[in-house]
Amino acid sequence: MTDNTAGGDVRLAGISKHYGSFTAVHPLDLTIPQGSFFALLGASGCGKTTTLRMIAGLEEPSTGTVSLGDREVTHLPPYKRPVNTVFQSYALFPHLNIYENVAFGLRRRGVKSVKKQVDDMLELVQLGQFAERKPHQLSGGQQQRVAVARALINHPQVLLLDEPLGALDLKLRRQMQLELKRIQTEVGITFVHVTHDQEEAMTMADTVAVMNGGRVEQLGAPAELYENPKTTFVANFLGTSNLIEAEVLESGSDDVVVSSAGAKLRLPAGRCSTTPQAGGKLLVGVRPEKISLVHADEEDTIAAGRNKITGTIADSSFIGVSTQFVIDSPVCPELEVYVQNIERDARLTPGARVVLHWNPDHTFGLDAAQAIDAGIETVEESA
Amino acid sequence: MTAVAAPPEAAAPTEPPVHKPSVRKRLVPYWLLLPGILWLLVFFVLPMVYQASTSVQTGSLEEGFKVTWHFQTYWDALTEYVPQFLRSLLYAGTATVLCLLLGYPLAYLIAFKAGRWRNLLLVLVIAPFFTSFLIRTLAWKTILADGGPVVAVLGKVGFLDVTSWLGVTEGDRVLATPLAVVCGLTYNFLPFMILPLYTSLERIDTRLHEAAGDLYARPATVFRKVTFPLSMPGVVSGTLLTFIPASGDYVNAELLGSADTRMIGNVIQSQYLRILDYPTAAALSFILMAIVLIMVTIYIRRAGTEDLV
Repeated sequence: MTDNTAGGDVRLAGISKHYGSFTAVHPLDLTIPQGSFFALLGASGCGKTTTLRMIAGLEEPSTGTVSLGDREVTHLPPYKRPVNTVFQSYALFPHLNIYENVAFGLRRRGVKSVKKQVDDMLELVQLGQFAERKPHQLSGGQQQRVAVARALINHPQVLLLDEPLGALDLKLRRQMQLELKRIQTEVGITFVHVTHDQEEAMTMADTVAVMNGGRVEQLGAPAELYENPKTTFVANFLGTSNLIEAEVLESGSDDVVVSSAGAKLRLPAGRCSTTPQAGGKLLVGVRPEKISLVHADEEDTIAAGRNKITGTIADSSFIGVSTQFVIDSPVCPELEVYVQNIERDARLTPGARVVLHWNPDHTFGLDAAQAIDAGIETVEESA
Repeated sequence: MTAVAAPPEAAAPTEPPVHKPSVRKRLVPYWLLLPGILWLLVFFVLPMVYQASTSVQTGSLEEGFKVTWHFQTYWDALTEYVPQFLRSLLYAGTATVLCLLLGYPLAYLIAFKAGRWRNLLLVLVIAPFFTSFLIRTLAWKTILADGGPVVAVLGKVGFLDVTSWLGVTEGDRVLATPLAVVCGLTYNFLPFMILPLYTSLERIDTRLHEAAGDLYARPATVFRKVTFPLSMPGVVSGTLLTFIPASGDYVNAELLGSADTRMIGNVIQSQYLRILDYPTAAALSFILMAIVLIMVTIYIRRAGTEDLV
């Protein structure tokens, strides 16, 4: 229905949303490239759903503009926008069967013969034989696919997905993630996906915008966000990070040397989100799976040039593919380390003295002037 | 699963033991049903049987009535009072349609737009019940009185010319005309329309409205394709709760109408209390019941909401 060839990017320019004195979304600039799978990731109440609803036209922004390609749509009602939504609760019409639910958008636009398109769409989501059923006769996963089909059949310029997998159990959710990704690749429509599940965002999206308190904290490809978080919120919200408060000893053009509780650590200058000043503070981060663990007796086997920290095992939990250790160390009270269960060292039990070591290149530096635990509680809450 | 947990002495039987509820427990539902059943037996079934037998009796008050299986009474009663039957159905039907037209927007407003005023508005809808039905209907006699302000205004704006031309009022009178009776019926049964409508509208997930809007439906189409179909259970129960009692009503026609607006309820009432022809009165009651039952059955079938009501 729409011209998908020229510049179909979604552009949000300075949009914000206030409810009375509460600001749900602070002025936000965002460009979502045409054909991309874009995720808005954040805890509940971070403004991600409000942002999505402003693109859909279900909320009017307090300031700023929404454009689709060259066309400004800020004040267009939802029924005039070439945008469709997959709602969190699916919002399937309970009085219509699956066929009519899927045909709804086409019929409203006056399309005469819908049969072929509806059949094809039901085939795409593998629900051909359920056309005559009512929504309540379908399982959650099937209803979710109907919701996707009902939106996709209109060939929208942008498909908005509002936590579409939230109501599904874990296994089905994984399956639907791959399914949605497959469909997106197949139809090539821009998908904007709102989720609080960081794994979901990273699995599916090309680009993820991490939102917190009505603002975008960081934007980038999943691997980029994971490896180079720019704020403690992103470092803690996406996966787990060990953050160590340290003092800067030297700040060179290639390497930065810091010290924390007597341990000297090195990290590449290029991986610091701020410019470290000698004598100043820096938060040093390293992901738990990058760290190797040896018993204190074997400290001499560690290759030179690696970052080293000593500590005591406080807790360990065996979870099959890996073992997760919590290490008590003077540097940081609770360091997390994930060790692959390739060769298990029987001595690594709670109370054992250990040495942690990792490649300095895997270390990142963050501005020390922010809350070290930002984003931690919210992860537990949504889990 | 049971085999693992079972103690050694219970391991021998191959089937897990079935716990039979005690006799006393099994009787609980019947005990709970008993008061209602007794009530219905005494105040519904017995009077029905008694009326059924009365309707096939012959005789007079002085000589006493005897059951003579005189079914002719039914045919005589039906043929003699055709106009009153038709009038009852017409007035009740008109009042039902008016109730729907007045009640739907109000129920819609209360369900979707009233916000914190919702409970207050609901109380206002049922507020008339705090006063007797009879007194409220008598009040309408004053409201619609000849030469009163309401009639004067209606006359001034030309409304009465239109209604006179339609034949539902006479000259500059409203009282003692069909219009007055239908107005009374509409007023008295309006809450019975609004409450079920509200209940079914209130249950509709407003996200369905958003979804329909998102799928290119303009607001009017959203109403036509989503809101109204989903409120059908309320429409059906509201119209039944209005139409059934309205078709048997006699108070409105008695107080607000004239000899030309008598409904079948008035006929039954005078047969019982003035003419004292009990068999005819009973037969008329059964005929009315049968007509309403048939109409309701057809209506529910047509509305296709057997599973929703």
